[in-house]
Amino acid sequence: MSPKTLYDKIWDAHVAHEAEDGTTLLYIDRHLVHEVTSPQAFEGLRMTGRKVRAPEKTIAVPDHNVPTTAGREDPTQMTEESRIQVQALDTNAKEFGIHYYPMNDVRQGIVHIVGPEQGWTLPGMTVVCGDSHTATHGAFGALAHGIGTSEVEHVLATQTLIQKKSKNMKVEITGKLKPGVTAKDITLAVIGETGTGGGTGYVIEYCGEAIRDLSMEGRMTVCNMAIEGGARAGLIAPDQTTYDYVQGRPHAPKGAQWEAALDWWKTLFTDEGAHFDKVVTLKGEDIQPVVTWGTSPEDVLPITGVVPSPEDFEGGKVEAARRSIEYMGLTPGQKLTDIEIDTVFIGSCTNGRIEDFRAVAEVVKGKKIKDGMRAMIVPGSGLVRLQAEEEGLADIFREAGFEWRLAGCSMCLAMNPDQLSEGERCAATSNRNFEGRQGYKGRTHLVSPAMAAAAALTGRLTDVRELV
Amino acid sequence: MEKFEKLHGIAAPMPLVNIDTDMIIPKVFLKSIQRTGFGVNLFDEMRYNRDGTEIPDFVLNKPQYRNAEILVAGDNFGCGSSREHAPWAIADFGIKCVISTSFADIFFNNCFKNGILPIVLPQEQVDVLMADAEKGENARMTVDLEAQEITTSDGQVFSFDVDAFKKHCLLEGLDDIGLTMEKAGSIDSFEAQAAQARPWV
Repeated sequence: MSPKTLYDKIWDAHVAHEAEDGTTLLYIDRHLVHEVTSPQAFEGLRMTGRKVRAPEKTIAVPDHNVPTTAGREDPTQMTEESRIQVQALDTNAKEFGIHYYPMNDVRQGIVHIVGPEQGWTLPGMTVVCGDSHTATHGAFGALAHGIGTSEVEHVLATQTLIQKKSKNMKVEITGKLKPGVTAKDITLAVIGETGTGGGTGYVIEYCGEAIRDLSMEGRMTVCNMAIEGGARAGLIAPDQTTYDYVQGRPHAPKGAQWEAALDWWKTLFTDEGAHFDKVVTLKGEDIQPVVTWGTSPEDVLPITGVVPSPEDFEGGKVEAARRSIEYMGLTPGQKLTDIEIDTVFIGSCTNGRIEDFRAVAEVVKGKKIKDGMRAMIVPGSGLVRLQAEEEGLADIFREAGFEWRLAGCSMCLAMNPDQLSEGERCAATSNRNFEGRQGYKGRTHLVSPAMAAAAALTGRLTDVRELV
Repeated sequence: MEKFEKLHGIAAPMPLVNIDTDMIIPKVFLKSIQRTGFGVNLFDEMRYNRDGTEIPDFVLNKPQYRNAEILVAGDNFGCGSSREHAPWAIADFGIKCVISTSFADIFFNNCFKNGILPIVLPQEQVDVLMADAEKGENARMTVDLEAQEITTSDGQVFSFDVDAFKKHCLLEGLDDIGLTMEKAGSIDSFEAQAAQARPWV
């Protein structure tokens, strides 16, 4: 038998039907649902008299629209449109009989944090959601990717997706990371290397010592941004770190089923000699804490760098860089550490997990954020929030001057009350620095949680290695 | 879904690279629970001032491109969020075909579900089409899906690739879910077999 990649193995285990031209019906093990991309899909089912084929494999949670301030049960905290969208999910979850974590449930949070936390996401599964950051679940060695609303309806009705197989790409991070360098820096550095279109048409498998050394939280951060590199999915082969995270979670297998699952999971790795269509290798020790300067996640530089000039680029990127620099209000040649910020956002499906908050606490413990700084920390789920409170992290944050919020997507995409105003500049641990992403004419610099914490203290983009 | 008929129309040039789905339809417009009505907010932040007045320089505000049915765009069009509101907005505006050197995967797939044909061509051919689009409303292109050919206003012909299954669905206006439901037997037997092999799922 010819050697297979991890992607090949998961794909092969989920083919329900394959046509002669390779068009495949891929069976979906877990379907995660949120309120923004699902209402039209449920409406489609209603109009055609269709049911949800596998409600027991379908899990819904509102996250994009929900306010993150205390007292959010008060309906006036949401706009009329947001309220309608959340209510539509409430109604659809009940009517179609799917698993649901409503806004007032302590387990509510960002869909990509709730899924793994509750043990819905397991190695070797196929996982989809009407959300591009579904790539997050690839950290477990699950084939996970975002889909559009028509496909959400397709999965609801048939528990399958019509797919053609992608190509295989290997991203290897060798060696050890230097102090102050995190999973976020890895994933941004990879996008800086490949560009936002570099992964288009591929599924990425991340491997190498620096990846193996990451916790599950770190691995989720890396896979989360595979989509920012253009890849539909990112994968990391499961290992003991994965099993330890999964075991004992509410929906993880137990007893004899756990043993059977483990036997299969241990076969989920890329065989020696398997073919990759593209290989990218970075040395872990070369990766530095990075920041983005522009309005595309590929606009990445080490924090020690300077704002580039449009002439440094070629082709269509010249105009894109000119536009970015103007939008961001920067000057070519300006040191990145001289860029002053007024807002810090720590949270999102990229960096809203307990480990991220521990990293922040380490930087800000016993210190105060810069006067006038608006800094918020938004846990990825109600359970992350509880854990951070139990560990004393929340007290550290409050004492340092941070707002400590309730769980939700918050300022990652500003579909809720948490938004940047025109011209405000934010160091954010989220995933997209697009124009207007965090609010109309708002300016976003993507960074790791530790770097965001450092920026909150100094009021400018800061090399965290100078503070710890 | 509407059938994709042979298209003869105005092409609008948008050479900017990495046009993301937040640019195509900003998040403030994602709160509808309908599929229609997004066209007026297509490219909203590039197209309108904060007071709602039009930005005259924006391509789709120029008189010659207001009725564009084709978009010729820079590399990596549709990157970012999976929001199908992006192709919904494009279709609602009246654009039925987008041409670029590459598209983000999710956006690319979403187009086909909404009767929009995304066409990938090499840079030098996109350059020719971009220049043709710059000529304005008197320069109409023809997109023939059946023949897989684009003809410029001055008669140059470029052929393009398209997945055979997706082409068939677009030409016939077929509903994917209906097609898949015909294979319910295969899904049933897969489910039965998977329940044996991986009962924990």
